[in-house]
Amino acid sequence: MTTSHDIIVVGGGGAGLRAAIAAAETIPGIDVAVVSKVYPMRSHTVSAEGGAAGAIAEDDSLDEHAYDTISGGDWLCDQDAVEIFVKDAPKELLRLEHWGCPWSRQPDGRIAVRPFGGMKKQRTWFAADKTGFHLLHTLFQTSLKYDGVHRYDEWYVSKLLVDDGRVQGVVAVELTTGRIETITAKAVILTTGGCGRVFPFTTNAAIKTGDGMALAYRAGAPLKDMEFIQYHPTGLPFTGILITEAARAEGGYLLNKDGYRYLQDYNLGTPTPTPVLRSMELGPRDRLSQAFEHEVAKGRTIDTPYGPVVHLDLRHLGAKLIDTKLPFVRELCLKYQNIDPVTELVPVRPVVHYTMGGVHTDIDGATPVDGLFAAGEVACVSINGANRLGSNSLPELLVFGTRAGRAAAWHVFRHGKEPTQAVLSQAADERRRLQKDVLEHDGGDERISAIRTSMQTTMEESAGIYRSGDSLAKAADTLGELQERLPRAALDDRSLAFNTELIAALELSAMLDVAESIVASALRREESRGAHQRTDFPARDDNRFLAHSLAVREADGSCRVDYLPVTITRWAPGERVYGR
Amino acid sequence: MADTIAMEVARYQPGEDGAPTMARYDVPLRKDWVVLDGLNYIKDEIDGTVTFRWSCRMGICGSCGMTVNGEPKLTCATFLTDYAPGPVRVEPLANFPVIRDLVVDIDDFLDKLSEVKPWIVRDEAPLSAGEYLQTPEQLEEYRQYSMCINCMLCYSACPVYGLDPEFVGPAAIALAQRYNLDSRDEGAAERLDVLIHPEGLWACTFVGDCTRVCPKHVDPAGAIQRYKLTAALDTLKHYVLPRGGR
Ligand SMILES: Cc1cc2nc3c(=O)[nH]c(=O)nc-3n(C[C@H](O)[C@H](O)[C@H](O)COP(=O)(O)OP(=O)(O)OC[C@H]3O[C@@H](n4cnc5c(N)ncnc54)[C@H](O)[C@@H]3O)c2cc1C
Ligand code: SF4
Ligand code: FES
Repeated sequence: MTTSHDIIVVGGGGAGLRAAIAAAETIPGIDVAVVSKVYPMRSHTVSAEGGAAGAIAEDDSLDEHAYDTISGGDWLCDQDAVEIFVKDAPKELLRLEHWGCPWSRQPDGRIAVRPFGGMKKQRTWFAADKTGFHLLHTLFQTSLKYDGVHRYDEWYVSKLLVDDGRVQGVVAVELTTGRIETITAKAVILTTGGCGRVFPFTTNAAIKTGDGMALAYRAGAPLKDMEFIQYHPTGLPFTGILITEAARAEGGYLLNKDGYRYLQDYNLGTPTPTPVLRSMELGPRDRLSQAFEHEVAKGRTIDTPYGPVVHLDLRHLGAKLIDTKLPFVRELCLKYQNIDPVTELVPVRPVVHYTMGGVHTDIDGATPVDGLFAAGEVACVSINGANRLGSNSLPELLVFGTRAGRAAAWHVFRHGKEPTQAVLSQAADERRRLQKDVLEHDGGDERISAIRTSMQTTMEESAGIYRSGDSLAKAADTLGELQERLPRAALDDRSLAFNTELIAALELSAMLDVAESIVASALRREESRGAHQRTDFPARDDNRFLAHSLAVREADGSCRVDYLPVTITRWAPGERVYGR
Repeated sequence: MADTIAMEVARYQPGEDGAPTMARYDVPLRKDWVVLDGLNYIKDEIDGTVTFRWSCRMGICGSCGMTVNGEPKLTCATFLTDYAPGPVRVEPLANFPVIRDLVVDIDDFLDKLSEVKPWIVRDEAPLSAGEYLQTPEQLEEYRQYSMCINCMLCYSACPVYGLDPEFVGPAAIALAQRYNLDSRDEGAAERLDVLIHPEGLWACTFVGDCTRVCPKHVDPAGAIQRYKLTAALDTLKHYVLPRGGR
């Protein structure tokens, strides 16, 4: 079956819903489809806690927000994009307010802002400790009033249809029935989020499998700055639940297996009973993650069924302080990990948190493929450079979701064309592939979960917090082998109704492509910058690498890496100010 | 503590199977494992056909609601150890059509949600006018009802919804109240028109199971009670003040 819309938005998270609403508001009567593999309000945006940055305080300015973003990103941000971002962010957050987002308030009823790591002024808007949840539900509920927005809930997009140099639609599987459908459109906006699940330990939900990155990459759009993967130093090892910095700011200790505050061995200051800003447990995030790696190498971490951990000790803070200052931390530990931080040590380790890289776009979300747009974590504009600042991604998905939605609507209005015959036969091929080569495929001896685990371990060991030319070359080989093993995986599940194993297989295939682009980009970047740390090239090298990497898929499936200069407008590269 | 626990999982494929059956699997019993972890273990290591929804594993996405030993639960927030020595019985949420195994069809809720207009109803002010002022106390008025993660445990527990699928139901009414009580909203009258019919507010017989099972303390039963009061007053006003007065 074939249906058609003016615009298809792939993804129903914050970026997707904002883009859909923007498109509907730009051209009255435009027909927008939101296709999402989960119900929109289940999207990962829901788990963001901290807040969303937008300069509104009297002592704050757009320039200061821009500077914090650019220096935090180790000068790999495009400054024209950052300038637009900081200017639009407060407007977008305000729009959300008008739509009902329950932003936390000052006593007089005005919006309250609070401090956040890496931001030198108080500029983070928050809705208690559930900012992403409220933002997503507000967008979702508001989207219900737009007649032009049609939803395909629980549909998985497996392919972008591209012919004649332009995108013309998608092929998607309806989960409930297993029906495979061709949906054509004059523009497609990818808003599928990040790819944290390529790694074994991550704060990212199960759905963050880099699908949109793989879709774009296979359709000929380059992936930009994929080597920049942000770790958070304190996640729970098994669930990946994030334990906020506040736990350390209130005085929590990080201990190795000997009960020793090991950070003192890594130039992070001397231990004091009470916390000191920028020292020890309050050192920069990436330095903390790196110290963990050194402790593993020295054999001083604690072994668990989920690999090595260190301990976060909050016990000395006492129940009273924990319950007044850190109630959410205690709740998360108790409810989802069965640990009480008042009486027990909390096992933590660095976990993958955010993908700075993504589909290469301009400031309107346009990719080099005609009619194909991207916004949110799947995209790389880039405002995050080599390291994203906390609380910049929620405003990013609003600002660039809106811009992409508008640009796509105008694109349809001005250049919209009907699908070509060739694209319909492409769709028929994809349907056959899903049916014959994946669903009904026989005789395989591989399990999907085994290949997935291998990929994740390889990425953590070879392309994790520290990388080197050797480790990356080895990872590239292993990923190549896994790519060969994947077609030998046969599904246990052959039925059409809600076949989650089929989806898992497609997600794994996407993750392998994305992993290859990460490794290829990391191998070529012979310097250390932001989240990309090479043991064999420990210094930043602006002469060779003040540039974005662009990973391009060659016809034979291999990955070529090109470079694109960074746009500098007003802030010459200086020393990186560590984002805390 | 034993090192494994038996899980009995409902298996059902409408159209293929006559009736649901229970399959039994042994999974590791670990202190930090929730029911959902057991299901994932089964899917990855034993039987890839077992079908269920999940995503965040931190009680916020609302995907993983199932019936555990007879009670509607978020399976990512329900420890296996609480059921030791077992077995733990996992079934789909009650009161919804089953799509497969533990996955139920919740589209009915989404339709009802749209009907109650869960958005701010008013002519939007220009951005240049700044934010609509709202004091922390005004925010507190509706905050609780804004915490709903759409997990459907309340519908699964609601005896009225079980008998009368036309009933708008706890979460949708709580969300209507969330907007009614928001100082920025002017849509209460429009929503009342939707909810005043017999399958709206009045169908609720105040059993209160919805509030008991709600993992986010939304208190839908309280929302409905309060709403009924407003509705009653409003109806009364119609008699006293035939025109306007709302
Ligand atoms: C624990 C945590 C806390 C965070 N806290 C903050 C914070 O305080 N402040 C901040 O600014 N940022 C924070 N972030 C980052 C931020 O939440 C994310 O970057 C952002 O929400 C991503 O939104 P998105 O719309 O791009 O994607 P998502 O919300 O991930 O949505 C992706 C959508 O794409 C759909 N999709 C994916 N693949 C397919 C496919 N193949 N077919 C169909 N649909 C598909 C999914 O169904 C989903 O609807 C946090 C992140 C984490 C993990
Ligand atoms: S009211 Fe509570 S139980 Fe009902 S859907 Fe919302 S969060 Fe779930
Ligand atoms: S998996 Fe998200 S609520 Fe349980």
